[in-house]
Order: sequence, then structure tokens, then C-alpha cells
Amino acid sequence: MIKKLLGAFALMLAGTAVLAAEVGYPLERAPERVNDLTALQNGAKLFVNYCLNCHSANSMRYNKLTEIGLTDDQIRDNLLFTGEKVGDLMTVAMKPADAKRWLGTAPPDLSVIARAKSINAGPSGADYIYTYMRTFYRDASKHTGWNNLVFPNVGMPHVLWERQGPRELTAVTVHEVEGKGWERQTVTYDAQGYASVETQPLEGHELHASTDYRFKALDPAQAAQYDRDVADLTAFMSWMAEPVQLQRKQLGVWVLLFLGLFLVIAWRLNAAFWKHVK
Amino acid sequence: MAGEKTVETTGLLGWVDRRFPLTATWKAHLSEYYAPKNFNFWYFFGSLALLVLVLQIVTGIFLVMHYKPDAERAFQSVEYIMREVPWGWLIRYMHSTGASMFFVVVYLHMLRGLFYGSYRKPRELVWIFGVAIFLCLMGEAFFGYLLPWGQMSYWGAQVIVNLFSAIPFIGPELSLWIRGDYVVSDATLNRFFSFHVIAIPLVLIGLVAAHIVALHEVGSNNPDGIEIKEKKDRHGRPLDGIPFHPFYSVHDIMGVAGFLIVFAAIVFFAPEMGGYFLEYNNFIPADPLKTPPHIAPVWYFTPFYSMLRATTDEFTWVLAGAALLAAIALFVKGNLKGLWRIAVPAALVLVAVLLRTIDAKFWGVVAMGGAVVILFFLPWLDHSPVKSIRYRPGWHKWLYGIFIVNFLILGYLGTQAPNDIFNLMSQIGTVIYLAFFLLMPVWSRLGTFKPVPDRVTFHAH
Repeated sequence: MIKKLLGAFALMLAGTAVLAAEVGYPLERAPERVNDLTALQNGAKLFVNYCLNCHSANSMRYNKLTEIGLTDDQIRDNLLFTGEKVGDLMTVAMKPADAKRWLGTAPPDLSVIARAKSINAGPSGADYIYTYMRTFYRDASKHTGWNNLVFPNVGMPHVLWERQGPRELTAVTVHEVEGKGWERQTVTYDAQGYASVETQPLEGHELHASTDYRFKALDPAQAAQYDRDVADLTAFMSWMAEPVQLQRKQLGVWVLLFLGLFLVIAWRLNAAFWKHVK
Repeated sequence: MAGEKTVETTGLLGWVDRRFPLTATWKAHLSEYYAPKNFNFWYFFGSLALLVLVLQIVTGIFLVMHYKPDAERAFQSVEYIMREVPWGWLIRYMHSTGASMFFVVVYLHMLRGLFYGSYRKPRELVWIFGVAIFLCLMGEAFFGYLLPWGQMSYWGAQVIVNLFSAIPFIGPELSLWIRGDYVVSDATLNRFFSFHVIAIPLVLIGLVAAHIVALHEVGSNNPDGIEIKEKKDRHGRPLDGIPFHPFYSVHDIMGVAGFLIVFAAIVFFAPEMGGYFLEYNNFIPADPLKTPPHIAPVWYFTPFYSMLRATTDEFTWVLAGAALLAAIALFVKGNLKGLWRIAVPAALVLVAVLLRTIDAKFWGVVAMGGAVVILFFLPWLDHSPVKSIRYRPGWHKWLYGIFIVNFLILGYLGTQAPNDIFNLMSQIGTVIYLAFFLLMPVWSRLGTFKPVPDRVTFHAH
């Protein structure tokens, strides 16, 4: 019986090594800027100007932005368009029913989206946002004219497209077609979103199915500036998902220092009491 | 004065002691409660479980002041606590971390009991109260998990409540009755809130009191599994015992300090614990129209969840076969007397038949529930001549090792989306888990046991 159990157990251990394959577009690591007030302020500006038109951030008050170094006056003059009070929540005027008609689905609230999009022991929600915002491409077959690599067939158009400038996407797929053998398919979406397909049969052995995407910015300087902006926007959304995160870590250091000292005292106290126990 | 008790204490304490057993209780449970002096690392987790219980109650009181048990506002009110209630984030993270850490310390506490035979005579009731506490804790965690009203809260509750519908005849009505609606809704949230903040905690505290009273009645076990009450000095004090206070109170304070370091490290630096303590999907508000692609309970339920998922239609063949084999073995070789010799195997044959006639989903629920309920019977399943693992045959230790690793693997599998390999592994894991307990009456008495010493093993500090 023991041997059988051990055998079954060995089988289980072997099986654990088989990991579920990751699917979807690989996420890029977002630059770490949650500590950078300038980045957070730029991100806040972009967020309020672009995202808040359709998305809400119902858990955020405008005056929470004072925590990233803005004053109430700056907020009132630059970030409040609809004449609300600085103590108001970042709600959205669009009705969910309208959103559904225009975009196919109601845009989600973004208050904690950076936490929601994280993956267990995997990429963070910041990585998701950073990659998602940089993988829009023109696709004339979609009713918004846009498509996305991280979120295929997304209902959201590329709101920041003017800031990114025109781009072309080339997707190279190597795959096996039944009855025809291996082939390489190159799909190019031009800056207007019209796709052209080129197929080339492949010879040889040890071919692996793969897909490779390449963007070509027609204005590289503008696209690079856009990447920096998206990094700032991502940092802001990460901060917004948990505004207390910086204070939390600062306080944590002191708490751990105290507890470390407490442990030493408790250890010596215990030793003093047990010294004479034979 | 007529009717007044004579007491040793004077002054105010004397006044109280004549009316209430204050000094007597202090002595009976602390200053003159003799605990074995050879407690090791594993004996920290009982007092730590008590500490976490207090932390959960205190932080819970403050959370209830700000939380709204309302399907429209619950999710938002949690974020309100995180952002606008002064120190609300700390209270909330302490509560969410406390929930997971409660299970960490309770699992380790139970494992200690398993290692040293702490459930054996005369401590059966201590163990039974303990398993009841564990059941309550599972209920408390399950009800509490719905309250943040995120996607995982919602769909986790939906899946678990739906399990009750697998019970033959009364199932569908029963699950409707539990939910109070046809789907998990505001009605469900309100009753779960009630269970979480009052019903279960009341039972839990009562059981914890019973657990401690029962423990102090029979005395603590120890890593050697020796009864210290059998060797006493001329004052009637156990030779291997030491007053709980001050010796173990200072000792436990050291444990508390160590535990709080781990606890604070999580609260302040990794409150989500990589998505295992606070699941990322739960930051999306509950949406009854959008089922998440992958629903998994929080990590502490996943070993049992794996056993639920493992019980497929094919797997009931394995269970039915095992029941038949057990029936034959008991009939031919078992030492049951009289009518039992017929009745027990017959019951097992009936179980085997039912395994193939009732829906596998029901048996999944039985397997999951049975995996916990079987713990109640542990005192009568273990027939080993010694209590402690220290004096058991070497291969017993291997069995315990396999049991632990198997439990961890089942836990891992429960967090993952199912696939063929994982399902097979869960099935093997379920068999190992159940066989460990069900075959214990056989294996626990086999092998060469080491002689148990008269006195505990203790090295002066």
C-alpha cells in the first residue's frame, strides 16, 4: 500500500510541474513611477481630460489630488470642467444605457482598475494598462475604427490617438494549415486601418506556431512622447487604485522596527523566566 | 456573617472573591494551571489563534461602523473605508489579512494535534470542540467573503450555495431558502452579513470557551504524548508541569511578537499577498450578468474545493469500488460482532449503489463536507499504541509527510482552472486524503513502535 501511495504521490508531483500555458498578448512591465509627483500630476491631467469623459472613478474625490501635490485652486481651475465642487466624486455624466448603445457596453469604473487587472503571482494591473494603452491599432473592419492587441475587439476607441500619432501594425503568424502544411501569414494594417494579407508557404522541419506583432510609428518622436505619457497615466491609475499605498509602506517600516525591538525584549524576558527551570 | 465564604484574599479582591470565583478562576486557568514544560514551536499556534480571533472581532466592530450591507452600496462602502475613513485602510487590511492568517494558525494548530496525538483519550472533546470551531471558522469566512460584493464574492457565493441544490429531493428549495432569492442578491447579502457579524461569532466564542475549559479539565498534551499528571510531587503538582502563568504567558508573548512581525509585513507591504489574500477579481464590483471565466475560492478553501471538483461521474466508480472492497474486507476479515458483521458491509454496498445512482455533483458535496466531518472521528480512527509521532515507526512519519504535501497540492490545484491532468491529480489527492483517515484504524497499529519514556524530554534553556 505504501508503495502505491508513494507512486501516486510521485505522479502528482510530476503533474504539478506542468504549468498551464499563458494565453494572450504578453504584457510589458510598466515603468515604476508611483513615487514621482510630476508623473502623477501629468497622469492626473491626462486621466481627467481623456478618461473621465466616458469612465467614472466613483471612489475618487477631486480634492484627493491634493495628496499628489496639487492645490484646491489648481484642481478647480484646470481639472474641474463641469463646475462641480472640489470635494465631489469623479462621476461621469454619460448614462449607462447610452453607453451601451454607443459603445456596446458600459465603460467600467476606473477607481480600482489597476488592482482588478492584476494577475495572481503574475503581471500587475499597471502592466496591463501600460500595454493596453499602447497596443491600439487602426482596424477599418471595426465600427469604432480601432482594435487592440491586449483586448481584441474592445468597444473602446483609441481616445488618445492624436497624442500617439499614426502607426502601422504588422502581425506575422507562423501556423499549420490542414492539408496545406506550414505557412507564414503577414497581415499589415496601414495607418488608415486597411489590412493587406500576404501568405508564404514554409518548408522544413521543427517549425513552431508563433505570432509576432510589430508597430511602426510614422512619427517616432511623437510616439515616444506618448509612451512617456502613458507611463504617467498608468502611474496615476495605480496610485488612484490605492492612494494610501505610499504612507502604508512608510508606516510599515516603523511598525516592523518597533515589533523587532519588541521581539528582542519578549525573547529576553522569556529567557529570564525560564533560566531556572530545570 | 452567615453564608459568606471564607477566602484567603483581603480588601477589594477579598470582597469580590466572597461573591465571585475571581482568584479561584485565575489560579485554575493560569497561575496554578500546570502545563507540560516541554512545549515546542508548535504550541504557539493555540494562543495565536486566540489573538487573531480578538483582532478579527475588534477590527470587525470598526468595519461594521462604516460598511453598508446593501447590494447597491457595499462595494463602494469598502472603498470608502479604504480612502476616507481615518485609518480605515489599516483596519480593513488587518481584517482581510487576519482572515487568511486565522486559517494559517488554525491549520498549524490542527497539524500539531495530529502530530502529537492531542485528540486521543482523554482529550476527545477538546478535539471535537476544535473541529467544530474549524467548521464555524469556515462558515464565518464564507459569509464574510460575500460582503465586499466583488465579482469573486458574488460568484463564489453563487457556486457554493448552488451546491446545496445537488441534495436529492429538497436541494433546489433548500438553496432558494438559503439565498432568499433566485440568485445571490441583496437579500442574500443582508442575511450573510447577519450571520457573519453576530450568529457565527456568538457560536464561535462559545465553542472557544468550551475548547479551553475542556482542555484545562484534562490538561495539555505535549510533544512526547505523556500524561504529566501521572507523576506528581508531594504537593500534588505534576513533576513535568509548570504554571502556565508566568512561564507560558511570557513564552506566548514571544510568539505573539514573532507572529505580529509576519502579520505586519503582510498588512503593510503585501496586503493582497499576490492575489491570494485579497483576490484581484474582487476589485471588480459584483455583476450578476457577467460570470468570470475562472471562479476559485480563497486559498484556505481550495483543498476542499479540489475534492469537490475531483468527484466526477467516473470518479464515483472509484469510490463505489472502494466501498465494495471495504464491505468485502469487513465481512471476511473484520472483527465486527453479531448483527454488525452483516449490517456494516450491507450499508457499504448500499453506499456503493447510491454512488452510481445519485448525481456525482451530490457526491462532490459529500466528499467536500466529509473531508471536514471525518476529522470529528479522528480520536476513534487512530489505534496506535502511542500518542506522539516521536515514538511511532519511521514510515508513519512518511505517511504524515505525504498527507501534508498532498493537502498542499490539493490546495494549489483548487486555485487553478481545471484541466485533464489537474483533475486526475485532484482525484488521486482526494483518494490519498480519504484513505489516510479511513484506513487509519489499520495502518496506525502496524509497525514497530519505540518505547515511550516515563518523563518528558526537556533540556533546560
